[in-house]
Amino acid sequence: MTLKPFLEVKNLNVAFPTEDGLVQASNDISFTVARGETLAVVGESGSGKSVTSLAVMGLHDRKRTQITGQAFLNLESGPVDVISADAEVVRKLRGKAMSMIFQDPMSALHPYYSIGNQLIEAWSLYNEGDKAAGKKRAIEMLDLVGIPDASKRVDEFPHQFSGGMRQRVMIAMALINNPSLLIADEPTTALDVTVQSQILQLIREMQKEFNMALILITHDLGVVAEVADRVNVMYAGKIVESGSAEDIYYRPDHPYSIGLLNSIPKIGELDSKRLVAIPGQPPSLINLPRGCSFRARCSFSDRVANNLCATTAPTLDTKTTDHFSRCHLTEAELVKARKESGGI
Amino acid sequence: MLKYLARRLSATFLVITLVSMSVFGIFAVLPMDPAALTCGKACSAPVIEANRHRLGLDVPVQVQYGRFVKGLFVGRDFGEGAAAFHCPAPAFGYSYNRHECVTTLVAEAFPVTLSLAVGAFVLWLSVGVSLGILAARRKNEWQDRAATAFVLIGTSLPTFISGILILLFVALKFNLINPIEMGRWVSPLEDPVAWFRTFIFPWIVLALLYAATYTRFTRSNVIETSTEDYIRTARAKGLNERDILRKHTLRAALAPIITLAGLDFAGLLGGAIITEGIFNLPGLGRLSIRAVLRDYDLPTILATTILAAVFVIVANLLVDILYAYIDPRVRVAS
Amino acid sequence: MTEPLLKIEGLKKHFPTTTGGAFSKVKGTVKAVDGIDLEIYPGQTIGLVGESGCGKTTAGRTILKLYEPTGGKITFEGQDITHLKPKQMKPLRSQMQMIFQDPFASLNPRHTVGTLIGAAFEIQGITPAGGVEAEVQRLMARVGLNPEHINRYPHEFSGGQRQRIGVARAIALKPKLIVADEPVSALDVSIQAQVVNLLEDLQDEFNMAYIFVAHDLSVVQHISDRVIVMYLGKVMEEAEKVDLFTHPRHPYTKALLSAVPVADPIKGRKRERIILQGDLPSPVNPPAGCVFNTRCWKAQDKCRTQVPELMQIGKDPSHRIACHFPED
Repeated sequence: MTLKPFLEVKNLNVAFPTEDGLVQASNDISFTVARGETLAVVGESGSGKSVTSLAVMGLHDRKRTQITGQAFLNLESGPVDVISADAEVVRKLRGKAMSMIFQDPMSALHPYYSIGNQLIEAWSLYNEGDKAAGKKRAIEMLDLVGIPDASKRVDEFPHQFSGGMRQRVMIAMALINNPSLLIADEPTTALDVTVQSQILQLIREMQKEFNMALILITHDLGVVAEVADRVNVMYAGKIVESGSAEDIYYRPDHPYSIGLLNSIPKIGELDSKRLVAIPGQPPSLINLPRGCSFRARCSFSDRVANNLCATTAPTLDTKTTDHFSRCHLTEAELVKARKESGGI
Repeated sequence: MLKYLARRLSATFLVITLVSMSVFGIFAVLPMDPAALTCGKACSAPVIEANRHRLGLDVPVQVQYGRFVKGLFVGRDFGEGAAAFHCPAPAFGYSYNRHECVTTLVAEAFPVTLSLAVGAFVLWLSVGVSLGILAARRKNEWQDRAATAFVLIGTSLPTFISGILILLFVALKFNLINPIEMGRWVSPLEDPVAWFRTFIFPWIVLALLYAATYTRFTRSNVIETSTEDYIRTARAKGLNERDILRKHTLRAALAPIITLAGLDFAGLLGGAIITEGIFNLPGLGRLSIRAVLRDYDLPTILATTILAAVFVIVANLLVDILYAYIDPRVRVAS
Repeated sequence: MTEPLLKIEGLKKHFPTTTGGAFSKVKGTVKAVDGIDLEIYPGQTIGLVGESGCGKTTAGRTILKLYEPTGGKITFEGQDITHLKPKQMKPLRSQMQMIFQDPFASLNPRHTVGTLIGAAFEIQGITPAGGVEAEVQRLMARVGLNPEHINRYPHEFSGGQRQRIGVARAIALKPKLIVADEPVSALDVSIQAQVVNLLEDLQDEFNMAYIFVAHDLSVVQHISDRVIVMYLGKVMEEAEKVDLFTHPRHPYTKALLSAVPVADPIKGRKRERIILQGDLPSPVNPPAGCVFNTRCWKAQDKCRTQVPELMQIGKDPSHRIACHFPED
């Protein structure tokens, strides 16, 4: 019997009613992540990459957010749909079955409490035992994530740690109860590049150690290439392409992915060709245009017959293949497009 | 931490000394002549001179200050011959109007003001902070708007209006206060009920003003703290909302409020002049205002002024220490 | 060979740290920039690269005399400007401009775009032919903005557009030198390429020199002719771009390059990774000897005591490193 993937998201939509209208932040999102697998979610601001994960964690304000769809955590005790489940049920899964770490480690820890205190707090939510036991576990975790002198530093305060160290503490805190799913939202964006590689290596080691499903949210295509098994490319709230890392990088099937890959300068490529930029800007998420959301910036929409891109929003064909994209162009057209844009 | 304390203590001591010197200096340069103002009915030049000598104003101001400081430590003699008396340490001076050592007057008035300040403090802090938290949690709903209305009314009404309104239309109208007994001091240890009845309306009047400010301040602090990243972390850990509010949000949001409250309390200890006046309470406020307006009793004025300043300065020190205890980042910066 | 447009020798910028309080005393110094040399020619781009605390932003600002240098010499077009006072600097300011990192913080939200860009003319007392407004609109069009938006406010523009406003403002007086301080770091990836292309086009058109301060090595590699790698206020290595990226000789440069994630799953995962241990030391308390010794895998006693000189390595005089034990 094949094990079901730990997380199954089905047709998830997240919208925020605002004064100016309904912001459709995330639209028809479906994906799965298995234990031991790394899914990278790539997108720019407004792509909806964070919004989806926050919905899975139950971190949206239910009063101000409209969420529909399903997100199943396939626990040992059975599947739980975190979207429709009671808020208390979801809360008890946070920090235990699923954990999340965020972008800015400098502000993610409470300045008034020692890091030991905050770690023990996370541990005591789900473990019986006194503070001494909690502290022992906290020191274990700090050791595991590479904090030197853990038994002394456990009593120190966040401001006494550097950015990289604080992110390690955050990872320790997220993993202290052995979650099966870790969501890392831009965990290295605020860090220096030499520290970044340390943290990424740590996250991957921890994933192996705890056999977790890992969702890595980022805008950095280099980071994605380093760590991802599968990649979801998001644009204007929708998944526009999904596939293995090699699929996305060597055979991108969406004009946005093609454009993105061509527009980044690549380290090691020294011939200094002019970057091929994607023209225009990401659209507003209120009143998205009819048809394909990317059309305004797409160089190939005129190759689709009957002006389809303007009238009909393309759908994702997820059944027949592992590598799919939301585009009206045929496979042949896409191969041509890749060659023409001069990169891949 | 110890170095921080030592530096702060020495700075506090220095400030108190400077303040007392300045107050002394101010009174020395005032155009009014206390000797002339307090010489009684038959004020001719020699009488004024005798008065000046009696008040100790015929010596240079440094000497006056020196005697004052000495008196604080070892007590002081006033007057001469048959009319001489000794005020034991700490001697702030002698009030010829009241025929009493100023220290005695202050010691009598202080418990009244202390009762007023403590009760008002507890009331305004509990009401203000609770209302502020409620308003923050129910932002933009009716509870928030009601709290905002309360804030507007509370901060717009000066105590001389709210005090008189409450006195006339609540306390006296419903016979909750006996006008004859009003303002009579009774120790809470002797007769707690009577003490409570004496102070309950003055507490309400004072608290009304402060509570409003604290409601607003608490509300904005709680709202701002709730958006901090570490609150999101706490939620992601699986903490329930009550614990998040209690342990994370409030700790950070209330820290500046507690320290401000300390300073406000200290300010009140110097005397709530208007409230004491309306309710006829014999506290430091009434003592000082009578000394200024009615008697021009310089020793009393000096004493109450310096005392009020000392309360605030000491409160400042305590509040800083408290803040350093709460916020570990402050300890490093110093 | 022509004279360099800008020449910097031994530039230092130190910030004193105080004990704070009423009787504050000087406790120590942050040596943000501790001796850098640089020569730049018209039309050239020098990339100034490094991580937090390396001093690259401070260097950029000191070069433009936004900070007064603590030591060293700055020569612009043959003139020693190191000790010029602000009033004397004013006529030179039209020749040397800055583009800032944060497109949200660097534009006054109360000024219209027209005022922001036109301020340059007003301050220098120059009236371009055809009037200020016409020139501003021409500049807006040149950087890819709609000239009709001249009376809009910054908050009405996106991040990428605001950065273009910053660029228009910088080029208004046709400067010879622009210091671009992380001009694309705060922008979305797809917008970064647009702004990088714009900067390159403008450079071709006006033959401007750029000092491009950045931490993103991919962008630096793309746009620079020459690269200087900084660490804790000192230069670790400097070379022509191709040299630096194909044959780095300093351990730090090697580690830095290996840390940059490569957007290629197969190549990226196969390559050799050097992962530095430890954290960046604080610039308030830099290590003795070679500032990199605490994280260098080859560090020996000499590195902990003797500061290495910046010296030529190999046959190319323009490739210099500061290291006692260079990589091969």
